[in-house]
Amino acid sequence: MVLSPADKTNVKTTWDKLGGHAGEYGGEALERTFTSFPTTKTYFPHFDLSPGSAQVKAHGKKVADALTTAVAHIDDLPGALSALSDLHAYKLRVDPVNFKLLSHCLLVTLACHHPAEFTPAVHASLDKFFSAVSTVLTSKYR
Amino acid sequence: MVHLTADEKSLVSGLWSKVNVDEVGGEALGRLLVVYPWTQRFFDSFGDLSSPDAVMGNPKVKAHGKKVLNSFSDGLKNLDNLKGTFAKLSELHCDKLHVDPENFKLLGNVLVCVLARHFGKQFTPQAQGAFQKVVAGVANALAHKYH
Repeated sequence: MVLSPADKTNVKTTWDKLGGHAGEYGGEALERTFTSFPTTKTYFPHFDLSPGSAQVKAHGKKVADALTTAVAHIDDLPGALSALSDLHAYKLRVDPVNFKLLSHCLLVTLACHHPAEFTPAVHASLDKFFSAVSTVLTSKYR
Repeated sequence: MVHLTADEKSLVSGLWSKVNVDEVGGEALGRLLVVYPWTQRFFDSFGDLSSPDAVMGNPKVKAHGKKVLNSFSDGLKNLDNLKGTFAKLSELHCDKLHVDPENFKLLGNVLVCVLARHFGKQFTPQAQGAFQKVVAGVANALAHKYH
């Protein structure tokens, strides 16, 4: 599945409209993932996962910053995410199914905070973008 | 069987009472066809599905979305017996419609996105969690009679 020029435009435009809240949304998406899909918590036994956790917020910001980098380099996701791809393959080894769960919760978070921007076309483009990022992050798994 | 806590049941019924089931149905089905275009395979007779605007404005999509969501709404009244409630529809989707149950999961998640868009901050992580259990339960119930 390939990102069309329109998809790339939709993603960049939407990301620009987040108004500096990307970090906060990353944290919220993680919280939603842990709440809706409790199996995802197995990757964070070392974290305080209670509501409002500073660790979750910090980690959410990390995830969001990586996505912001991906948006900025949307024409070369494998290049931009190479180090993260190595990390997920050799160290973190998060089962691939979990990327879909976090991606879904990122969509839900964006839908909550930016209902007007979250048109069907943008929804589709964002879903494709998160899918593309997930593919890169799991590309070196085997 | 779906196991919701008392709080979760309250969250679900509270939010659902504010949902315009007819409209949300059309929006959810429309978005399914836009975001996952391969799902259009079941709707050759629906006419113009060539663009997001065409899909979202298509009267057959809206009508069918309304039908689907009214059925889902019935499920919400019978959370303790989803398999029984959806037994006939499960047989229909397998034997006559030949729909891969994966599609029920896709629609469930699109519905969650639509609810998030409508309710904004009210659609808290806890509310989402409750609805994820419901859509998973409905999807399983609809797949239950497959053979």
